[in-house]
Amino acid sequence: MSDTTEATLAEICIVALADAFRGDGEVLCNPMGPVPVIAGRLARATFEPDLMLTDTIAYAIEGNLPLGGDPSDAVVESYMPFRTIFDQVWSGKRHVVMGAPQIDRYGNQNFAAIGDDYRKPKAQLLGMRGAPGNLINHATTYWIPTQARSFVESVDVVSGPGNDTVASLPEATGRFHEIRRVVTDLGAYDFETSDGAMRVRSLHPGVTLEQAQEASAFELTVTGEVPESRLPTDEERHLIREVFDPNGVRNGEFR
Amino acid sequence: MVGSSPGTVSNDLTHRQKRAQPKGNGVADKRMTEDEVVAELESGMTIGIGGWGSRRKPMSLVRAILRSDLTDLHIVSYGGPDIGILTAAGKCRKVTYGFVSLDSIPLEPHFRAVRQGGLLPDFMELDEGAFYLGLMAAAHRVPFYPTRAGLGSAMLSENPELRTVTSPYGDGEELVAIPAFDMDAVLLHMNRADEKGNGQFLGPDLYFDDLFAMAGAKTYMSAEKIIPTEDFLHEGPVHTLKIPRTHVDGVVEAPMGAHFTECPPDYGRDEAFQREYAATAKDPEAWAQFRADWIELESHEAYRAKLDERGQA
Repeated sequence: MSDTTEATLAEICIVALADAFRGDGEVLCNPMGPVPVIAGRLARATFEPDLMLTDTIAYAIEGNLPLGGDPSDAVVESYMPFRTIFDQVWSGKRHVVMGAPQIDRYGNQNFAAIGDDYRKPKAQLLGMRGAPGNLINHATTYWIPTQARSFVESVDVVSGPGNDTVASLPEATGRFHEIRRVVTDLGAYDFETSDGAMRVRSLHPGVTLEQAQEASAFELTVTGEVPESRLPTDEERHLIREVFDPNGVRNGEFR
Repeated sequence: MVGSSPGTVSNDLTHRQKRAQPKGNGVADKRMTEDEVVAELESGMTIGIGGWGSRRKPMSLVRAILRSDLTDLHIVSYGGPDIGILTAAGKCRKVTYGFVSLDSIPLEPHFRAVRQGGLLPDFMELDEGAFYLGLMAAAHRVPFYPTRAGLGSAMLSENPELRTVTSPYGDGEELVAIPAFDMDAVLLHMNRADEKGNGQFLGPDLYFDDLFAMAGAKTYMSAEKIIPTEDFLHEGPVHTLKIPRTHVDGVVEAPMGAHFTECPPDYGRDEAFQREYAATAKDPEAWAQFRADWIELESHEAYRAKLDERGQA
């Protein structure tokens, strides 16, 4: 799959991630990593103006801050140190975008450690970080730059619980759990299925269903005709290229 | 005092004056050196370390632990190079953490090597928000705080000592009981302090250092600069005075005390130095050399002198 003439792969992924925030209204949009940060800022600048976003340090800021831009020039609208972020998580007014080195069919995610033995892992990754609390309290979207590496049969450690795991817990426990979207280098996925399994929502231009399935260790659910992921509008392209990421940091995430 | 009844105000003042009664002829001067702090610690202790990742860590105190014979420690921290250095040097029997990161280098390479080598006898990896509740429970002297964080994740299944509680109210919801992090000692680094032990942060985030201070049976705080109490409000607004002396047992003046972690606005992270530190995780000889050159120096003054030579202080 290659870049189209109208947009690069990174830009298609950015608008697919931005679309995950559609309808969120007034919540803290908390994306992790360059591509998700551009997506969150883009969503606010276009169709989701009520989102609140941080400078990725400790302030909620207004305006269109470029990636790596100096936040001291931005208008501060609220104070968001880590303690407030956790309070925000538990209060529910938040939608996070995290990575997922491993994710399974029902959205169980692992970014803690790789290998059979959690006590002596093959690769120590981030640790639990905020995944257990995020998943059980508010909307979560995942950004996965290399689907073939991450879509696994089963995760080694569950840091972010998926739909089947939460379905096995008491109903009250799972009432705020929502995995909104998974966006990869091949397509966008959701869980709008009766059994909570991952469904192909759209495929990026040039990607076939066979290629997407080939890059997944579990069976992808397909309901009806799978549409092509949308391209950025002219305005979105301008905002991504000229405003949010003039240095092209977005292209460095695909390795 | 608009809006308060005179009675309330008077009661409050009486209470406050009572609490603030100095012992003997004045509030104690709590100044100490790094080595005096470490002399109060013992092997086997649970020690909390403030800051976050590679941000405002009490590194001069961490280095003082390295040059001591303390061992078998249980470290509780929003982990950065503090956990990296102490575990790589074999000082820890256990660490409790939500993550261990150098921020600009997301995965702490020394800690990774220790975990992947199976060299850490015990650890508890928690949701980073749940970690806040463990600190708060200890600060508030209750056995636990409840949360939904952890339900359905490996945080519970991999830590069988974690228990759940059932709400005693009509909802009957099951929640995780995050146990209080009882700590024998806590180490912090602040931008400013007075000699009585009041602390001030001037950067963008306090992290959880006030809870750490209140949770420690003993709390030792280093600071970039010890200043007269009356100068605090020239340095920053009243909201920056977040560490009250009631919870501080010792104060260490340590300019560049958080180096190489960041300590804004006094200085940012020394990224070049951090890269050098990180690179030594790949090679035992390089690590031994780095320890000799930078970690096991005889004092913080010697460290600062070396930094000056390097042209980065």
